[in-house]
Amino acid sequence: MSTDHHEHSELSETQLRVRALETILTEKGYVDPGVLDLIVEHYETKTGPHIGARVIARAWVDSEFKAALLADATKAIAALGISGGVGDHLIVVENTPGRHNMVVCTLCSCYPWDVLGLPPVWYKSAPYRSRAVLDPRGVLADFGVSLPASTEIRVWDSTAETRFIVVPPRPAGTEGWSEERLASLVTRDCMIGTGLPRRPEEISP
Amino acid sequence: MNGVHDMGGMHGFGKVEPEANEPTFHAPWEGRVLAVQRAMRFTRAWNIDMSRDAQERLPAQLYLSASYYHRWALGMERNALEQGLIDADEFAVGHALRPGKPVARVMTMNDVGQAFTRGSFSRPPSQQARFKPGDRVHTKNINPASHTRLPRYARGREGVIEALRGCHVFPDSVTTGGGENPQWLYTVVFNGRLLWGPNVDPTLTVSVEAFEPYLEPA
Repeated sequence: MSTDHHEHSELSETQLRVRALETILTEKGYVDPGVLDLIVEHYETKTGPHIGARVIARAWVDSEFKAALLADATKAIAALGISGGVGDHLIVVENTPGRHNMVVCTLCSCYPWDVLGLPPVWYKSAPYRSRAVLDPRGVLADFGVSLPASTEIRVWDSTAETRFIVVPPRPAGTEGWSEERLASLVTRDCMIGTGLPRRPEEISP
Repeated sequence: MNGVHDMGGMHGFGKVEPEANEPTFHAPWEGRVLAVQRAMRFTRAWNIDMSRDAQERLPAQLYLSASYYHRWALGMERNALEQGLIDADEFAVGHALRPGKPVARVMTMNDVGQAFTRGSFSRPPSQQARFKPGDRVHTKNINPASHTRLPRYARGREGVIEALRGCHVFPDSVTTGGGENPQWLYTVVFNGRLLWGPNVDPTLTVSVEAFEPYLEPA
């Protein structure tokens, strides 16, 4: 790069560097730009927490499914026929009135992409990775969530290739709701354990 | 290694700041980085453990100041250089100066679906699991300069085996030339006060996913 180095923002330098990396790898025949386009499109349009929400809603209406999910999530979810399937080693943990679960990866940013899509920036950031294991109630407060002092907190540090999602309790006042409607109450954060499901009055009828 | 990536329990990074209506990517180059990583892993030139290891070996200041996908890009540059797939002079000019080296496979439009579903990390065990759920264990006090998945806060502590997760590829071995060397993997749960002392929330328990070589009987 020339002497105008300092006129570039960090972003544009990164942009140029990434372009160079892709260019060299393409010219050497290791990657195909058309394939890269498809990968980007997939993550922008197909994955996301709507997949996990569908799983949670089913668990809320079907206790046999929930039991199967808690026993072997990858296998149980395969029966839902989700396109592309869900990878191995997915573990589902259940919140109860006496216990709240929270998922973190302190060493990098391991996250259940197959069911939640790509992780949000905060999940990958130093504040979350550092504090979740030491001060989970402080982290919950950053999300505006406060739990009774008697509720046990369990933090799951994703230090291997196992991946975790949380099943929150089904919100009250949802008797007789369809799975689809229930899924609209399931937020990404409640499946990570940094949030609670929406209450029925929070969504439009 | 005892790097800045091992953040569990550190102070000073401030509040968690969720972003409303966060986009999938904050700039187009982030998506390209993700896609290149998926496609390069498909070539088997490097794997997920080598990706993590390369990022952890970035200078500490750079690791902390770079965004997530920027770190991925820097890690991939390192992986590509170390595997001899790109030479330093090619990075300098931003173009290939010589033909590519053979790789196991190159992703085409037909197998792009394989970029999206995680593979299995389970491998056949060479011996029986040493521990079972309910066993009390001690994590070893280890401080390798190389890649490990036992965080500092969980070293030299007493915990309980909660679950056996199967026999998995061992990252500490993959990244030091020892191959997959599969090991039993356990969920080990610790009392929060044993980890952090008396001032922590008394209800807190924390678990890590620990490979058998990290553990000894308590």
